[in-house]
Amino acid sequence: MAKNLSQFHQLFFDEARDHLAAMERLLLDLDPAAPDAEELNAIFRAAHSVKGGAATFGFADIAAFTHKLENILDGIRKGERQLRSEMIDVFLASGDALLGLVEHHQHGSEAGAERIAALGAQLDALTNGDAGMPPRPGEQAAESAPLEDESFGLFEATTDPAAEDDSFGLFEATAYPAAEDDSFGLFEPTEAAPGRAFAHSGIAGEVDDSFGLFDTPSEASPPQPLPGADGVPAAVSPGSARAPVNAAEEAAQARAPRRKTGGENDNSIRVGIEKVDLLINLVGELVITQSMLAQGMAALDASAHENLLNSMTQLMRNTRDLQEATMSMRMIPMNAVFSRFQRLVRDLSAKLGKKVDLRISGEQTELDKTLVEKLADPLTHLVRNSIDHGIETAERRLAQGKSETGLVRLHACHQGGAIVIEVSDDGAGLNRERILAKAAERGIPVDANASDAQVWDLIFAPGFSTAAEVTDVSGRGVGMDVVKRNIQSLGGRVEIRSEAGQGTRITIRLPLTLAILDGMSVAVGEEVFVLPLAAISESMQPQQGALRTIGGHDEVVEVRGAYLPVVKLHQVLNIPARSHGVQDSILVLLDDGKRRIALSVDALIGQQQFVIKSLETNFRRTEGFSGATILGDGRVAFILDTDALVQHATRH
Amino acid sequence: MKTILAVDDSPSIRQLVTHTLKDAGYAVIEAANGVEGLAKAKGSQVQLVLTDQNMPQMDGMTMIKNIRGLVQHRSTPILVLTTETSDAMKAQGKAAGATGWLVKPFDPVKLVAVVQKLIG
Amino acid sequence: METAFDNSAIAGSAREFLTFTLGREEYGIDILKVQEIRGYDAVTHIANTPEFIRGVINLRGHIVPIVDLRIRFGLSEPRYDAFTVVIILNIGTRIVGIVVDSVSDVMTLRAEQIRPAPEFSSTLGTEYLLGLGALEDRMVILVDIACLLEGPEMGLSNPETAIQSEVATA
Repeated sequence: MAKNLSQFHQLFFDEARDHLAAMERLLLDLDPAAPDAEELNAIFRAAHSVKGGAATFGFADIAAFTHKLENILDGIRKGERQLRSEMIDVFLASGDALLGLVEHHQHGSEAGAERIAALGAQLDALTNGDAGMPPRPGEQAAESAPLEDESFGLFEATTDPAAEDDSFGLFEATAYPAAEDDSFGLFEPTEAAPGRAFAHSGIAGEVDDSFGLFDTPSEASPPQPLPGADGVPAAVSPGSARAPVNAAEEAAQARAPRRKTGGENDNSIRVGIEKVDLLINLVGELVITQSMLAQGMAALDASAHENLLNSMTQLMRNTRDLQEATMSMRMIPMNAVFSRFQRLVRDLSAKLGKKVDLRISGEQTELDKTLVEKLADPLTHLVRNSIDHGIETAERRLAQGKSETGLVRLHACHQGGAIVIEVSDDGAGLNRERILAKAAERGIPVDANASDAQVWDLIFAPGFSTAAEVTDVSGRGVGMDVVKRNIQSLGGRVEIRSEAGQGTRITIRLPLTLAILDGMSVAVGEEVFVLPLAAISESMQPQQGALRTIGGHDEVVEVRGAYLPVVKLHQVLNIPARSHGVQDSILVLLDDGKRRIALSVDALIGQQQFVIKSLETNFRRTEGFSGATILGDGRVAFILDTDALVQHATRH
Repeated sequence: MKTILAVDDSPSIRQLVTHTLKDAGYAVIEAANGVEGLAKAKGSQVQLVLTDQNMPQMDGMTMIKNIRGLVQHRSTPILVLTTETSDAMKAQGKAAGATGWLVKPFDPVKLVAVVQKLIG
Repeated sequence: METAFDNSAIAGSAREFLTFTLGREEYGIDILKVQEIRGYDAVTHIANTPEFIRGVINLRGHIVPIVDLRIRFGLSEPRYDAFTVVIILNIGTRIVGIVVDSVSDVMTLRAEQIRPAPEFSSTLGTEYLLGLGALEDRMVILVDIACLLEGPEMGLSNPETAIQSEVATA
């Protein structure tokens, strides 16, 4: 009977990823000089769990590799080996390699056999290279045949070694009324244990036994160690350090429930994101139905239908709460993306020979899962930039009277309905002259009197790179323009502040979720459109005399001394308008962070939250629109892509 | 129907064990760590305990010692499902009161055979 | 190429087709692709799109594009009234609605009742035809509606996905 294990594979892959992520986090937290016993235990457990699962589900390569890792980790947690910081590097790389193997089995990607082999050799070297620490008995043999499923149980040693039946040990055992007999001591006299260890260590080591039965304890025995047990620790670790380590281990275990390491899922369930999205969609429908009802009831006589209207108010409150609660299910802490940067900073600063500390704050700030995932790449780029271009070398920093170690900060917080994420460094700051020179070189027109902010914005221009040469760290074919585009595509904005010699701070402002938009609905002709509130700076009726024309037809409006181009929405969309000319319309001032335009519409309808629907699910991307929504009357309305509108205006 | 308590911190292995044993006609109660395992052993009629060794909060051995301290479980068979088969582990297991061990990766057929031998 | 008639595409014994009219012609599409039939109502126009893309509707929370095949193939004068019919289709993972003059019925055709479409140039490229269905004195033009709607000239998908489906159907 061959069990089909593939049905459990998905669960194993998820689990392995969780364990590897936990292992990485713990390794990065670890202080090589004074490792925390509890953390060492947790790291070991993570590796151990990966190995157990991999072996069970038949991923021999993962199991074999993890076995090597686990061996060393076990030695370290038991105090038999000294932890060194270069070991952490190897462990981290091993975690990556294992992740690669998981990917390989799950998605058929490249397994990275060479890397595995090289790391395996490094792990072996670490295992064997510990002078003064004798290898654990059987360790060598175990590594050569870590997964051997030969089973000759506890009892086979004393019986016919030729018997190869897997179940032999058990049958032998149960031939005696073992399980029922409290006092039986027939199998394997305990004194034989050390002898057996010697006898086998040279052959198949410790992993020879597939299963076996212990003799059951006498009733009174449980907490008492059997006499034979005394000899066992001696065989494992002759060191006298064992007792204190054990104490530390026990202390760690006592603490474990309070400070959970890698076990955050105790009180959570894993649900597919599509189920959550379905729920959010359904709640969105409910909100629409509710507002349709409310609209229909608005005409009712309030005094005659008091109860009904009260219930309606209650329903409105309930649906709003329900919507908020369901939306919150998509929210995850920023830590999900921040946590990967310790590793990045560590690797990158080592590679560049710089000293860099990463300080993370606000990592508990919650954000829509989709946004968190999409932020990973832009943030990685910004952090790389900070370390590569921002932070100076240690010598240079010292020469400038700064501390030798540079500081990169990642910070997140909520501000109103938005999340603000900052990547800052205390490095050299942006270089105005270099940026201007580069812009000139690239043929990007710049006003010589441009403000610093305008100059900094140049680095977001396509193809622009402030690095004198493209290093293999930052120059990966994506520039800051891609970062900015990515952030904008999420409905966000990027701002730069920089001070020469003091450092640079890049601020990203994003909506909390991609599913709900705070918007203003506007009317043009017979149609309704939605503008994101975040892009609107104000709206106004044009003052008499504030409108001017340039070149006969391009209109501009004067707003407190500034002339803004007027964009007629009906013209952009090729639809008839109700108003006769701009004078008669409403102007909505839109701001993309750099430029401002005045969008003329027929009327403002109202401000509310809109459930964002993708146009691409059943249709395609459509220029000028960032999505669609469903209005209170059940009709579809388009959400205007304000950045495109601003660009459209400044292009013409 | 005979009931087995399966204790393992890995959901995938727990699921596999449960699936295997249920197929063989046993009822299975699951626990994710030693603390939970002990609580369930106290509160339920279980005829056999199958446990992992390395688990957060309370490891297998500690749990076994504690289960053995319960009057109703003095002679309940307890199997350790473990990747570790050192003699040290065996001595520890025996000292803690385990009935036997089974190595991971386990063969489902063998698991059922062992369980059948112990509780029928 | 001998024939555009792809036996494998309609292999098996009998298949059911939903038939509808465009002008004076009768068309048939695979019934399994049809989700529902509804009236023409509350369509939101999409700025700067070809006239045959009428717009989008809210179909129980889904934003569904509506294509008027009458305009696309110039087979009849489009009228939008209480009798205008929209067939909602499931094309792969997408939902698309098509406007037709009227829906006739569901007919079952066995393989031998499906003739290869002659090779000639028509508004509807032969590559979108499964064949011609013959039932008594009726001739039904059997359309591979998925292929047709996902084709590049419909402009219903993002350009890159349109290219992909072209490759897939090539």
